[in-house]
Amino acid sequence: MAFDGEQEIYQERILDHYEEPYHRGACPEATHVHEDDNPLCGDVIHVELRINAEGRVDAAWFDGDGCCISQAAASMLMEKLEGMHIRDVKQFTAQDMLQLFGARLTPNRQKCCLLSWRVAQTALHSPVDAAGLASAPPTSSQATAAGPGPPSQEAS
Amino acid sequence: MASTPALPLDPTALRADFPILATRVHGDRPLVYFDNAATTQRPRQVIQALVDAYEQHYANVHRGIHWLSEQSTDLYEEARESVRRFIGARQRHEVIFTTGATASINLVARTWGDQHLRRGDEILLSEMEHHSNIVPWQQLAERTGCTVRFLPVTDDGQLVLAALDQLLTERTRLVAVTAVSNVLGTVNPIREIVARAHAVGALALVDAAQSVPHAATHVVDDDADFVAFSGHKMLGPSGVGVLYGREQLLDAMPPFLGGGSMIRRVTLDGFEPGELPAKFEAGTPPIVPALGLSAAIAYLEQIGMERIGSYESALTGYAHEVLARVDGLRLLGPPPAHKAGIVSFVIQGIHAHDVAQLVDQDGVAIRAGHHCAMPLHKRLGIAASNRASFYFYNTRDEVDRLCAALQRAQRVFRRRGDRPSAFKG
Repeated sequence: MAFDGEQEIYQERILDHYEEPYHRGACPEATHVHEDDNPLCGDVIHVELRINAEGRVDAAWFDGDGCCISQAAASMLMEKLEGMHIRDVKQFTAQDMLQLFGARLTPNRQKCCLLSWRVAQTALHSPVDAAGLASAPPTSSQATAAGPGPPSQEAS
Repeated sequence: MASTPALPLDPTALRADFPILATRVHGDRPLVYFDNAATTQRPRQVIQALVDAYEQHYANVHRGIHWLSEQSTDLYEEARESVRRFIGARQRHEVIFTTGATASINLVARTWGDQHLRRGDEILLSEMEHHSNIVPWQQLAERTGCTVRFLPVTDDGQLVLAALDQLLTERTRLVAVTAVSNVLGTVNPIREIVARAHAVGALALVDAAQSVPHAATHVVDDDADFVAFSGHKMLGPSGVGVLYGREQLLDAMPPFLGGGSMIRRVTLDGFEPGELPAKFEAGTPPIVPALGLSAAIAYLEQIGMERIGSYESALTGYAHEVLARVDGLRLLGPPPAHKAGIVSFVIQGIHAHDVAQLVDQDGVAIRAGHHCAMPLHKRLGIAASNRASFYFYNTRDEVDRLCAALQRAQRVFRRRGDRPSAFKG
């Protein structure tokens, strides 16, 4: 059968993340927040991060609505981000995200998978309150080390 | 209109004309093609017409005086005549070949619209329009300062005709509505809407992309001023569409694209536009696609539009009946009596994309998303929906296979319990 095994989108591991997501909700004392949607399908992801004084992601939470892929991918990404230094988060590329998700996705569904990744990357630059922040602003070397941008969105 | 009940059509016999319908996908699952509102498939007769055109008749039209060009020109103009007959237009030159319904609507917006619309003028659309009958008017509003207004839609996807009393005024210059909703299948009362538009001195444009392929069209009886549709949604090739316009309107409109064919004379100081229909067909037109469209019309006429309509109507009724029995499935739009062969739905707890992806694994091709009608989805309070859209070659057996595939999709999720979704965006 063509859809068995680890290529299958609707495999146990992914459904687990979809139905019992990791850190779905509000992040206590979030320092960085961003939200975006994918207007083509209506998927929306909201990410809240708490980044500590050393520039590490202390806590990563998401909320949202959408297909199994977008929501499960967000859950996997939150789990992955916690403990990472923002320098490494910025180097975590779209390709890395697709690899983290695991199942083979057509280009159309890749954008479902990459929505949370895109939101999280933008969240790094979206402090809740610019005045009172503990997060280290990106140095120029960190900024240039950021991964490639998300693939362009196709037309309807 | 013939009222003698014709023999019901035999989809099995007709399917044999469509090579692609024998495709097996994902291993050996027979393809169930339910995305006909997006584009239909083509019978051998249409494909053969394209091959014949390229192998025997092809040259540019309206240019050469050589034998082949005359052949090509004659066939191209015969294709125009077959469209004229098929939609019940008076004059052949009221049929303009475009690249599709989208191009047809843009043509009207860019010529008639730019010429006549000013700040204070209004265009009335409906909330159930395809983006192709919204965006060209929004662009026109940006250029001219005119206002775009919308006829509302009921919860079950029908136009609120009572609102016409307030919305139609002496400021209304154009009413542009779809004959059939591409999302919900709702059949709109076009004649009544056209008459109401004319009563306040407005013109009426009908987006007939979803109606011409499925029901007999009579542009004169409907009294529409402009009618737009596409070839690829009615067995024809992509790349050809039609704009029908009343002669005196088309005559008074400025040309759209400039180039070869659309001129009478060009000098270094300027140009004189050509006559209809050439005036709106700048450049080399979609010659072979137009011949393909003509072959598609011949095929449809041989079956008979009445038979197609009644077969699809019965199939839609059947689909409603069996889909209504799927737990957690909510049908969108009006009851089958008010619909063409389009059945849209949402399934509780499963996103439309996941539904489409899972039923695709069983070989069933349905649409997921907003179907180029974002405002309608917003009105219905949903982000996306699933759509099964039929043509005369679809069968009850295929509808049953859709149902089985949907139930399998539900089992993938349901064994794990419902996921609470409290997100408020």
